[in-house]
Amino acid sequence: MRFTGYQTEHFHDELFLTKNQAREGAELLIKKIDSLTEGELLKRQQSAERSMLYMGITFSLYGDDCLGKEQIFPFDIVPRIIEAEEWEFIEKGLKQRITALNLFLEDMYGDQKIIKDKVIPEYVIYSASSFRTPCIGLKPPKGVWCHISGIDLVRHSDGKIYVLEDNLRCPSGVSYVLKNREVMKRVFPQVFEASKVRPVELYPNMLLRTLQDIAPNPVSNPTIVVLTPGIYNSAYFEHSFLAQQMGVHLVAGSDLVVQDGFVQMYTTQGLKRVDVIYRRIDDDFLDPKVFREDSLLGIPGLMEVYKQGRVGLANAPGTGIADDKVVYAYVPQMIKYYLGEENLIPNVPTYLCWQDQDLHYILEHLEEMVVKSANEAGGYGMLVGPQSTKAERAEFATRIKANPRNYIAQPTLSLSRVPTIVDDHLEGRHVDLRPYVLYGDNIEVLPGGLTRVALKKGSLVVNSSQGGGSKDTWVLSKKAKS
Amino acid sequence: MLSKDVLLSRTAHTIYWMGRYLERAENVARFIDVNLLLMIDLPQVETKHWEALVMTSGDVDLFRKHYPDTTQNHVIQFLTFDLNNPNSIFSTVRQTRENARTVREIISTDLWEQVNAFYLMIQEAAEKNEILYAPHEFFSNVKKECYLFEGILHSTMSRQESYYFIRLGRYLERADKTARILDVANFMPPVDPANIPQTFEMIQWIAVLKSVSALQMFQQNFRDMSAENIYQFLILDQDFARSIYYCLQRSLTYLKLISGESSRIRFSNQAEKMMGKLKSELDYADIQEIFERGVHQYLDTLQTKLNEIDNTLYDTFFKF
Repeated sequence: MRFTGYQTEHFHDELFLTKNQAREGAELLIKKIDSLTEGELLKRQQSAERSMLYMGITFSLYGDDCLGKEQIFPFDIVPRIIEAEEWEFIEKGLKQRITALNLFLEDMYGDQKIIKDKVIPEYVIYSASSFRTPCIGLKPPKGVWCHISGIDLVRHSDGKIYVLEDNLRCPSGVSYVLKNREVMKRVFPQVFEASKVRPVELYPNMLLRTLQDIAPNPVSNPTIVVLTPGIYNSAYFEHSFLAQQMGVHLVAGSDLVVQDGFVQMYTTQGLKRVDVIYRRIDDDFLDPKVFREDSLLGIPGLMEVYKQGRVGLANAPGTGIADDKVVYAYVPQMIKYYLGEENLIPNVPTYLCWQDQDLHYILEHLEEMVVKSANEAGGYGMLVGPQSTKAERAEFATRIKANPRNYIAQPTLSLSRVPTIVDDHLEGRHVDLRPYVLYGDNIEVLPGGLTRVALKKGSLVVNSSQGGGSKDTWVLSKKAKS
Repeated sequence: MLSKDVLLSRTAHTIYWMGRYLERAENVARFIDVNLLLMIDLPQVETKHWEALVMTSGDVDLFRKHYPDTTQNHVIQFLTFDLNNPNSIFSTVRQTRENARTVREIISTDLWEQVNAFYLMIQEAAEKNEILYAPHEFFSNVKKECYLFEGILHSTMSRQESYYFIRLGRYLERADKTARILDVANFMPPVDPANIPQTFEMIQWIAVLKSVSALQMFQQNFRDMSAENIYQFLILDQDFARSIYYCLQRSLTYLKLISGESSRIRFSNQAEKMMGKLKSELDYADIQEIFERGVHQYLDTLQTKLNEIDNTLYDTFFKF
């Protein structure tokens, strides 16, 4: 399997400038792959898949509690490469964005100056289902709300990177970043030679430091836990992986209780105090006394302890308001308002259904646009105009008109592509990129990220629940040019 | 500094059962394997021999519900691959793996990968369903996977609660299984301790010893293959790793390590107390006494006590 005959077609390709001409930074990889004997790349691909199965890097879809149906997250062995210079720009842009989003959260649950100054309409906030009234007045340690974020980026045919959406609740996928790299090193070590790929292995240490940073004073040796909804959650592998890598306990809600004013866990030696919770369950389920009463996953009384400053939570409750897809449209204004800067990484132009003039435009141009529900993730509640049927568009028009606040629309982007193994040859497939940003005492960006790839020909939906897979993501260090 | 020396109650429970399930799988594999060989030597194989196998697993009613008759194939299927049978090899290995998956952050990665590979091996065998062509190879592979588990556990995990609970689970399960295998053996031919067994009975006793991988070690310690010696060895031997006494001794040691009390304190929780009592009963038991009470009666009481200890472990460590 070689790149001879590989076509970039009319798309932006992450490895090739044009047919047969590699991008800077990708030459070595391409040369290496081209030098393999026939069939070897495919063999390595199969060996990667087998290794994932044996390492148990699997997930089960929601509602699927049957072990037999566990599957590996599809993985493609041809990596995506990001040049040092471009990464530097991305990193700067992400730090800028997260700084502004964090200030926005502080403002939202505090003075709401940005509303008073009419930069963001009041309506947008109060109509958001992710705005959490009980969080008003909260003061998270060190003023940090979004400790762990995943920002989805895409590249359009103009070659520019855009922010597609922000994930500030419990973004998942970072375990695949680490495992993809581990598998690549196991099955395909020679491709790393001379490419100067920046390591991603430090993520668990970075995460642990971030979590230690939010321990309530004056704990010197905090007990940190990862809170999971349980073994049947599709991201359970990630929860246990991160707990294992950090050397901390993995707990379920039922392992925790509020007693004597602190959060405590049931151990074989009785109750033991917990100082920091990296929670992987949504706000709604955190504390039945404050949020959803019917939640069995949470800990009654948790929020009170949090307010007293006796436990750290990452992320802070209430962060969902900052990744509402309508609020997203205002991030460039936020950056200007809070930081006095122009945003470095642009948003995708976004039309808001709740604004009449936008709504008319959207309804007339449904066939060209992507419509998204404001609060759903995982590729659900979405219409990809150019690939939709007339009936689907009619159905979406009805849904939009019934609840305009809940929808936004964006022009359909032509996502960039990366060569991907399809049967016995290489073809371009569309990708996005989710880098991870940690915010403790400082803001840090993991040099890498999850490159998700739409494995179906022509598809633009990269979510694993919709037939997406992933690739190792190489951020090159500066001296990569040889 | 981030010592996970103390386990969550739920995690301790999960890990303890992981040890028990794995031990169960190993015992079932060994037991079927030996009995398949035994059948070859028997002058005439009768239904009751196959029934005895099912009986040892303790699931006779379940078996009758799912299978019309007691044939070799049905019994093997039931004990090996049937997911309706919670004690089949497939079920217990699946459960071992499920528990391992739940506590993956606690056990070593090598241990997890071994359990996962073991499970995939059984799953594939269940799908192919070809073991009847080479049953011995399959069952000895199962045994080897269990030995591998033991080795990886031994060499990759710190001597902390997590390790102790896995070992505790294994030894308690093993004590129970040895008792059960002996009990069923006792059920088959009538035992008269004074008699030297006939050839036919001898073959069966050899099978019993092999069922707990004890034949060689037994022969190194005893000349006569009498019922008395065999019971002596499998119940009261101090050094053989599958004798009931040995298992209790180890279980008590792990319980003491878990509570971390110095040896000057006799016991610090109910589980330790009960285990200590049971172990000291065996300290001063002799085989004549056991015969006087009746072997079946004795083993039955012993198993009941093991169950009580299991319940007490729950109250002491796992309940929350």
